[in-house]
Amino acid sequence: MLDQKKAPLFEALQKLKYDNVVPFDVPGHKRGKGSPELTNFLGEKCMEIDVNSMKPLDNLCHPVSVIKDSHELAAEAFGAAHAFFMTNGTTSSVQSMILASVKPDDEIILPRNVHQSVINALVICGAIPVYINPQTDKRLGIALGMSVKDVIDTIKAHPKAKAILINNPTYYGICSNLREITKIAHANGIKVLVDEAHGTHFYFGKDLPPSAMSVGADMAAVSMHKSGGSLTQSSILLCGENVNANYVRQIINLTQTTSNSYLLMGSLDVSRRNLALNGVEIFEKVKAFSNYAREEINEIGGYYAYAKELINGDSIFDFDTTKLSVNTLDIGLAGIEVYDILRDEYNIQIEFGDLGNILAYVSVGDKNKNIERLISALYEIKRIYKKSKTGMLDSEYISPQVFCSPKEAFYAEKKSVPIAETIGEVCSEFVMCYPPGIPILAPGELITKELIEYITYAKDKGCVITGPECMDISRLNVIRRD
Amino acid sequence: MDLWFSEFHSKTVKLSIKVETQLYNESSNYQDIAVLKTKEFGNILTLDGVIMLTERDEFIYHEMITHIPMAVNQNIKKVLVIGAGDGGVARELSKYKTIESIDIVEIDEQVVKVCKEFLPQTAIGFEDERVNLIFKDGLKFVRKKDNEYDLIIVDSTDPSGPGEVLFTKEFYGNCYKALKDDGIMINQHESPFYKEDAKAMNFAHKRIVQSFKMSRVYQAHIPTYPSGHWLFGFSSKKYHPIRDLKAKEWNDLKIKTNYYNTNLHVGSFYLPTYVEEMLKDNE
Repeated sequence: MLDQKKAPLFEALQKLKYDNVVPFDVPGHKRGKGSPELTNFLGEKCMEIDVNSMKPLDNLCHPVSVIKDSHELAAEAFGAAHAFFMTNGTTSSVQSMILASVKPDDEIILPRNVHQSVINALVICGAIPVYINPQTDKRLGIALGMSVKDVIDTIKAHPKAKAILINNPTYYGICSNLREITKIAHANGIKVLVDEAHGTHFYFGKDLPPSAMSVGADMAAVSMHKSGGSLTQSSILLCGENVNANYVRQIINLTQTTSNSYLLMGSLDVSRRNLALNGVEIFEKVKAFSNYAREEINEIGGYYAYAKELINGDSIFDFDTTKLSVNTLDIGLAGIEVYDILRDEYNIQIEFGDLGNILAYVSVGDKNKNIERLISALYEIKRIYKKSKTGMLDSEYISPQVFCSPKEAFYAEKKSVPIAETIGEVCSEFVMCYPPGIPILAPGELITKELIEYITYAKDKGCVITGPECMDISRLNVIRRD
Repeated sequence: MDLWFSEFHSKTVKLSIKVETQLYNESSNYQDIAVLKTKEFGNILTLDGVIMLTERDEFIYHEMITHIPMAVNQNIKKVLVIGAGDGGVARELSKYKTIESIDIVEIDEQVVKVCKEFLPQTAIGFEDERVNLIFKDGLKFVRKKDNEYDLIIVDSTDPSGPGEVLFTKEFYGNCYKALKDDGIMINQHESPFYKEDAKAMNFAHKRIVQSFKMSRVYQAHIPTYPSGHWLFGFSSKKYHPIRDLKAKEWNDLKIKTNYYNTNLHVGSFYLPTYVEEMLKDNE
């Protein structure tokens, strides 16, 4: 047992301030003195610890002292065999676990509602995705988890698959049967990789869905900066005991900067300590906020703030009650429209709105009065903006038709075509709404009329569409097949 | 002993009052509450170090926030008061026999307790049997009400404390919904003078006019509030504060006041030019 009250890297940074070392190394702002305007903006405290790796601070690329100790504390706190601090977001954690687990032409099983970072990793490494279409909820218009039967069938059809990737939970808070899927995958020699970008709290809270490491998964990408309280862009990659952590480190070093930010790493160390010591209390508070808001929002009528009643034993095996996802279709407004009204009219910024839902991110940093404001604003939006439901797109998950691998499609000879004329072509780029950043089209997928209608509708409702080379999404790149 | 209480009215201006003794000083779940005994102003209630009322000048605030709407609509029966944990608004309202119920929604029960003990001059208002005291977040209370009240009085603290939610668009919109078709909302509208207060005033006004078509601002002079120049908002779905003033009817009620009278009622809506201009920019 290690002492979770310790925070070796954080303490080393505090000592550095105290020691007053004369800096003749980078960064050139030299503890902020060379950039007075920036120092005035961020504060001296912040600039003083924006330093480069040095003897007392260890080196993330090859950790041997304080970073190594901090990694070990993090591993213990998360119940993992090994933990890595990551400085390029959970995108880098997700990509590292994929690159560490599959090689070119290996098959990897994925639900199609993965974050773009997953498919990006496949463009880089050339592994072949085998998609499991997630079950969908027609009323809510969202993709759910994977059904165990679909996983078994897919493994039978692809016995050589090397890995399976699972969202735990989805952005909306929905969990698959992680324990069972892990068991089945391991019985077939398949590695289990878990995207826990939205599940940091599963490791520390009470009565929450199981975490990846607790069910024996091989690797997990954890967004500490979401529910964990660390700085934006900081993340943790966890490895189970059957993973060669030294190989994972080599994979991370393929793309990771050698000038890692001590602000980010220090924030991971101190946040881990806070979660290990106070996690139960913190997430009880978050759950109470979300549960309260859900009850109040459901009382308004017209909104549906969903939770555990959705559980169906399979594709919705569990629900993360810290999430506050609200369906808005019954008031005749798309989620993205409610998102815009909240922002523009009520000065309330929520996490995202899609075509049928909004997600308000609730955390330990919230205050009662702000929760009351959100609920009251939703009352007002219903009173002032409610419309007839007719004309609302009723389901938003469209099963993709995969023509070739993302890598093949991304690097193929391509041509740019006006979007209306792309039906029947194979897309060579991503198209997605951001957030949530789940691809509508990924490289290598067939473009259908339904997809074009969906993209046009989403654009019309005010979704921010990202991915294509053409910034206004009037054209798409398709594979040249002539 | 030379003991002084000071409150910053702006970053570089402060008001100081000589204190005889400190009668109470504790933190509730929401704010720091203190009561000071002074020679000039009698007992003073402060929340988070800001003067809420003094025994000497509270009549100005409480009369102006209450009698203005009551002189416009004589049929007010159901009243909602948000904030007002000192009881001053209730005291003024209780002078009207025609009122049937007074719901007072105060977030901080501790304020009421303290006022009952140290500020009986205002807390006497709570003794009226038409008063229902409800300890709840005002925003939460009002959003569940629909077409129910004739008058809503928003007696809030400054927007920097727990009163922040009472300066939001969603709050004013929910008040609009809670009012009947001829309902009136009166709100404490901050001061136009110092920059920070003026900012709060402008914000509030901008958000009120988004919900109420008719919204007028009136003024009073309250010595212990920053700059002494204080504003109130009169918003209604139906009534105009001057055209619909029932001066004769109100005077016939023979209600005893020390600040308010029906001439002042009309005069209080005539504002300094710089204030008019500020308000116009937000309409």
